[in-house]
Amino acid sequence: MQTKNIMIVGVGGQGTLLASKLLGRILLSKGYDVKVSEVHGMSQRGGSVVTYVRYGDKVYSPVIDKGEADYIVSFEMLEAARWVEYLKQGGKMITNTQQVNPMPVIIGACEYPTELEAKIKNLGVDLNAFDALSLAEAAGNSKAVNIVLMGKLSKYFDFTIEEWMTAIEQSVPPKFLELNKKAFLLGREA
Amino acid sequence: MKKLMLGNEAVARGLYEAGCSFVSSYPGTPSTEITEYAAKYNEIYAEWAPNEKVALETAFGACLAGKRSFCGMKHVGVNVAADPLFTVAYTGVNAGLIIGVADDPGMHSSQNEQDSRHYAIASKIPMLEPSDSAESIAFVKEAFEISEKFDTPIFIKMCTRVAHSQSVIEESERLEIAQKEYVKNGEKYIMMPGNAKKRHPIVEQRTLDLIAYAETAWFNRTEEGSDNTVGIITSSTSYQYVKEVFGDKYPVLKLGMINPLPINKIKDFAKTVKNVIVVEELDGIIETHCKNIGVNVAGKEIFGNIGEFSQNLVAEKLGGEAPKGVALSENIPMRPPVMCAGCPHRGLFYTLKKNKLTVMGDIGCYTLGAVAPLTAIDSTICMGASVSSIHGFNKANDGATDKNTVAVIGDSTFMHSGVTGLINIAYNGSNSTVIILDNSITGMTGHQQNPTTGYNLKGDPASKIDLEALCRSVGINSVRVVDPYNLSECDTVIKEELQKEEPSVIISRRPCALLKYVKHAGPIKVNTDKCIGCKSCMRIGCPAISVIDGKVKIDNTLCTGCGVCSQMCKFDVFENVKEA
Repeated sequence: MQTKNIMIVGVGGQGTLLASKLLGRILLSKGYDVKVSEVHGMSQRGGSVVTYVRYGDKVYSPVIDKGEADYIVSFEMLEAARWVEYLKQGGKMITNTQQVNPMPVIIGACEYPTELEAKIKNLGVDLNAFDALSLAEAAGNSKAVNIVLMGKLSKYFDFTIEEWMTAIEQSVPPKFLELNKKAFLLGREA
Repeated sequence: MKKLMLGNEAVARGLYEAGCSFVSSYPGTPSTEITEYAAKYNEIYAEWAPNEKVALETAFGACLAGKRSFCGMKHVGVNVAADPLFTVAYTGVNAGLIIGVADDPGMHSSQNEQDSRHYAIASKIPMLEPSDSAESIAFVKEAFEISEKFDTPIFIKMCTRVAHSQSVIEESERLEIAQKEYVKNGEKYIMMPGNAKKRHPIVEQRTLDLIAYAETAWFNRTEEGSDNTVGIITSSTSYQYVKEVFGDKYPVLKLGMINPLPINKIKDFAKTVKNVIVVEELDGIIETHCKNIGVNVAGKEIFGNIGEFSQNLVAEKLGGEAPKGVALSENIPMRPPVMCAGCPHRGLFYTLKKNKLTVMGDIGCYTLGAVAPLTAIDSTICMGASVSSIHGFNKANDGATDKNTVAVIGDSTFMHSGVTGLINIAYNGSNSTVIILDNSITGMTGHQQNPTTGYNLKGDPASKIDLEALCRSVGINSVRVVDPYNLSECDTVIKEELQKEEPSVIISRRPCALLKYVKHAGPIKVNTDKCIGCKSCMRIGCPAISVIDGKVKIDNTLCTGCGVCSQMCKFDVFENVKEA
């Protein structure tokens, strides 16, 4: 099998690492070779963050390059716009419609671009944009956006619900398990 | 059982499996997690040293005592550790000694892009370079064997993409290694001229022996290809990009040991292919070696020596096909890292900017005081440079800048190498003002303990440096403490200390807002009826504040209720903040 590529993009502190941990777990359990790559340090602190998840028979590079991603899961609208160039022709993009203003916008040095959803779709991208934040809040905690998005992504994979639930159990602390399971299902049904 | 493991965790796993029992390191991205994971093994004693020089000397002492030892740091940390480094190369070891160094091509989190491989060559210390997590475990185990067999310290060199990528590994049992006996041996361990002169030829012979070893060692391997018009010599993450693009098309010589490099192995490989290309990030270390031994290769003329590689870059440079994506035509605003909401550094840096001070900066989260809207820093060089350079700046200006210049340095960085600069200020007498940003943790690298926090790496209570007493003891008479959440206090104290005709230290003290034990007041409430949209509160650059349709809006998921914004407002928009 040719290597498949999933990118998870967002804003530092949004919980992208948990999403990649969950994906890595379930893909490894299905017998794939897997690489998950992230950057720590200065790129956190509210900066733009990206995590690469790659799987297949044999994975070499730990990173995903422009035009290579089969799936991009974005936690924030501007980040979806920033990373869309990494999507391959025919790739799929899932994004939370939440907007988080970056510092240049906060201080008025530039404007947050408008109508990003339409503009991304105009590129011919298969975009699935939805309000994951509200679903996370409905599940009980705004921080569960990551698991809501994984629920949405799960629709594109033929893994069973039970397999996803097992991976969630292995990735989150027991006291947040029910919350995360609920968030996952809300995302999957959205 | 197969597991996904971070490269740095795999180094720690390798240490465990190889019977290593002593680790002393200083944190630095992307090396930090090696030591954090090593500390989770009960069989390994692990500590954070105040700096890399101390860490290496400590690890050397432990290896002398007969235990397999490790010392970890980032690439610029080797600069600090360079003094012992060049001499432990001469003494060699008792039990094995590994120096773990993580480079940062692309500078994700560093102030320069130096290539650590130069240090291996210059200090005549062997260096292994893994390309994924499984190799990280295997190479660490091999490194101890080489260290003890050839009587030498040895480098394990990581880079960001190997250190911070998870790939598949399988765990093995720990090798139980008995502590070696320490035998007094002045000729080997006392490096004064008479002994060092005898050791140097031993070091040169060791390198020759290591070259012979490198010719047949398993970690330098040739992979067959179907097209012999090109042969590629590569290592580390570059190897992964080459295989990603070309698969089994071109023959590859994959080098696991980067110093010393084999000679015949490279010559033999070159004979089997028409053209040899070296693919390596940063400087042309392998390329220069090939040319020195008379093997004609191309490398840096194709790839250059700046930044990280990727599969698309390798494809484009070597005539392969790189996929292309489609980008939006409009300008996407950058999202640079910022000081967190509730960060204690914010109020202090706002005060520095307001007073239009010249600010000698240093290395840590507070380097973010350089970016808009605070833009309050004039220079950032390396750890400790703020305190040393303000002294030179003020001396050279003959007193003209004493009253409008400060140095800022974090608590961990002050312990690392700031205190020596402060001693110089006191001893050589400049009227300099140094601000220690004491947030009670090493912040930027993700919360490591240090000598000012009262806890050690394992989380146990430890001796806690009294910063005020330390500063006084080196000869600074004026030492004041301020709360950076209190803007008027900061303003008054900084002005007063700058006016004094003597050196001063101001300790700006508040724990990092992200520390688990810090209790926050909760999101600040705003009375938008009173807000006229003047944006005064925006001047502190807090990510939790925005002005929408002329009214201030607080992001309740971010706001900690620190109340700094309320001190900026003349219209009582922000409700009084309660102490948490």
